[in-house]
Amino acid sequence: MKFGIVVFPGSWSQQDFYHVIVNVLKEEACYLWHKEADLQGADCVILPGGFAHGDYLRTGAIARFSPVMKEVARFAERGGLVLGSCNGFQILTEAGLLAGALLRNDCMHYRCTWVHLRVESQKTPFTSAMTRGQVVRMPISHGEGRYYIDEAALKQLVENDQIVFRYCDEGGELTKEANPNGSLDHIAGVCNERRNVLGLMPHPERAAEAILGSEDGRAMFASILDTFARA
Amino acid sequence: MLTAKIYVTLKPGVLDAQGDTVKSALETLGFRGVGDVRIGKFLVIRLDGHAREQAAAQVEEMCRRLLANPVIEDYSFELEEAGR
Repeated sequence: MKFGIVVFPGSWSQQDFYHVIVNVLKEEACYLWHKEADLQGADCVILPGGFAHGDYLRTGAIARFSPVMKEVARFAERGGLVLGSCNGFQILTEAGLLAGALLRNDCMHYRCTWVHLRVESQKTPFTSAMTRGQVVRMPISHGEGRYYIDEAALKQLVENDQIVFRYCDEGGELTKEANPNGSLDHIAGVCNERRNVLGLMPHPERAAEAILGSEDGRAMFASILDTFARA
Repeated sequence: MLTAKIYVTLKPGVLDAQGDTVKSALETLGFRGVGDVRIGKFLVIRLDGHAREQAAAQVEEMCRRLLANPVIEDYSFELEEAGR
């Protein structure tokens, strides 16, 4: 399976994704420079973390107009798998491929720490190898990760089972202390209605090897590979 | 020549973490009666060769497509003769 990793000026997680895909999973990966309107035949597109275009104006606001993003939107429209982590999630919301927006953390601090996440839906190509209610551990690294959406749209997300991850404590409880950025309803990750586009603030690619402290993120890659193998 | 002065602010219901921090800083400094503090963006854009009506339509589109995110932000603007 071939993964295309989009690189914007200011992206910083692309090599972590590349490492996991090529060295850990033994699959194929290529970098997609944001100015190229060509996905090079990728079966899954990754939007990595970082600070695309310096986060100028708003996080993801400029990146969404890069030539590659038109192709990513077309790819998603055809049912292609698109995964955005951290800044990638911010870009997907700005591009309108995912609902909601990411605001400045309520604590006003950049949070670089490990968090626990509760898997809220396994009915996505990115979480099919996980179990609903399962608690996983991944790192976060962001200053603007407070998920926000208006009440009517939140209701839609809940009804359509589009909330995929919520911040929780070790036991899976949604406590205030376990919410690192003040996200509405503890939301850490959502998918689109068609379920082929997923964004999350945590970094699954930094939690894919035991030596890094957690292998929980690997289940997301396993889900993608499994989905692709069945297609 | 026209100048557009554009204000982008968080929607009323959206928590403004920066604003809240500034509010408590002002209170720490001893300022009394400080209500809500809301922080937004102020942009000044010079527009060359546009009639007023055309400029207004263009700024409106700039706000809608790029300068503000309708999920979280409101915007408003005024047009002035440049140089003022």
